[in-house]
Amino acid sequence: MTSTLTVSDKHPERAIYRETLAAGEPWLHEVKAGQTLRIVDLEGNQAVDTLFYSLLNPRERFDPQRTLRRQQSLYLTSGSVLYSNLGNPMLTIVADTCGRHDTLGGACAQESNTVRYALDKRYMHSCRDNFLRACAHDGRLAKRDIGANVNFFMNVPVTAEGGLTFEDGISAPGKYVELRAEMDVIVLISNCPQLNNPCNAYNPTPAELMIWN
Amino acid sequence: MTLLLEETVPGGGHTSLIVKRGQSLRITDLRGGANVSAMMVNASEKSERLNLPDSLKCQHTAKLTAGHCLYSDMGRVLAAIVADTCGWHDSIGGVSNAEEVFDRYGAGRYQELRNAFHRNGTDNLLVEMSKWGLGVPDLLMTLNFFSRVDVTADGALAFSPGNSKAGDYIELYAPMNTLVVLTAIQHPLDPHPEYSPKPVKLELRESHPEVAEFCRTACEENVRGFINTERFFL
Repeated sequence: MTSTLTVSDKHPERAIYRETLAAGEPWLHEVKAGQTLRIVDLEGNQAVDTLFYSLLNPRERFDPQRTLRRQQSLYLTSGSVLYSNLGNPMLTIVADTCGRHDTLGGACAQESNTVRYALDKRYMHSCRDNFLRACAHDGRLAKRDIGANVNFFMNVPVTAEGGLTFEDGISAPGKYVELRAEMDVIVLISNCPQLNNPCNAYNPTPAELMIWN
Repeated sequence: MTLLLEETVPGGGHTSLIVKRGQSLRITDLRGGANVSAMMVNASEKSERLNLPDSLKCQHTAKLTAGHCLYSDMGRVLAAIVADTCGWHDSIGGVSNAEEVFDRYGAGRYQELRNAFHRNGTDNLLVEMSKWGLGVPDLLMTLNFFSRVDVTADGALAFSPGNSKAGDYIELYAPMNTLVVLTAIQHPLDPHPEYSPKPVKLELRESHPEVAEFCRTACEENVRGFINTERFFL
């Protein structure tokens, strides 16, 4: 599957939900089967770390490895079906003006920051803190449910030698991805607060979220 | 290094064991073409689990081989790959479930085939993990030892047959008490048309931190990962 840019015909003024999510904030929201969620990279190259759960059974969650092998391709883009750990289609990417989204990089955490950057980076804000905070308040999810996430708008290619590189982003201000829910889902987002990585130019920025019926 | 345990896992089989701090586990592909799907957790705090994304991004690698560390979500090293004769172990493919195995190999029930029935990696790992109180939420991204999946420039995945030969082995050193759950089962992207998972041999040995020194110093990230690991035992 090569990345294909697909523009949406949906109008923001007809969205039933529209909110700007500031950098470094969590977002937990239900999206019902048939509804469409758009995530907009407002200022460009912002990582939007995202997890998906079945609303009916939150133990059922997005499974990156099943998703990748079913589409025989490493990157998510238009046409990608996001599968669950139980083998069910959860969402389909129906529009994508960025062209490539990462599934291997995971989320930043206090602990992985100590490994990646320096031991004293422990006290910086991180995506996993956002996930855990949102889970704790929501009550349906916990640390145990946090698996590997999608990094919307991030470009993390694998080289022919098996290396993993964090390339400069291919996203830009206003690029978006749109997902149609194939089942009722809980969407858990951390609008990434990472300040140690050049992939977002050391500058986390807001994302916009819209939902259509 | 004293041999503590030696065991052969038949093709399709699943098992689990705690590799204690300072021990090593060698897994040998006995006939060539084996695949071992595995999960790992901290044996004394099972909410701490193998985190492949952290392992990959901390070391800027997608393949796993000698010198690499397998990280938990707590920034600690569950295992260091201290020997590897095959050169490439897969982090992308994951494990098939019953439906995928049926689609690829057809029906293969216990009723007709007895213990040669068609097993699948998801259920094998879930059964084994359930014995330790772990369940569906704990089956995260899994490793596939002995298998290689190449990624083209546009992202296409290609399984590489013949990656592992008879006698190839990988050896994991545990700097902490690590529960290893594994199954010898075909890789989900293996195009071989028949259900024919290969056996592997497990050897558990007393070892020494020195064997993992080249992993610890392979990059600054791993130096810090080992510091985090040591701090768990203070």
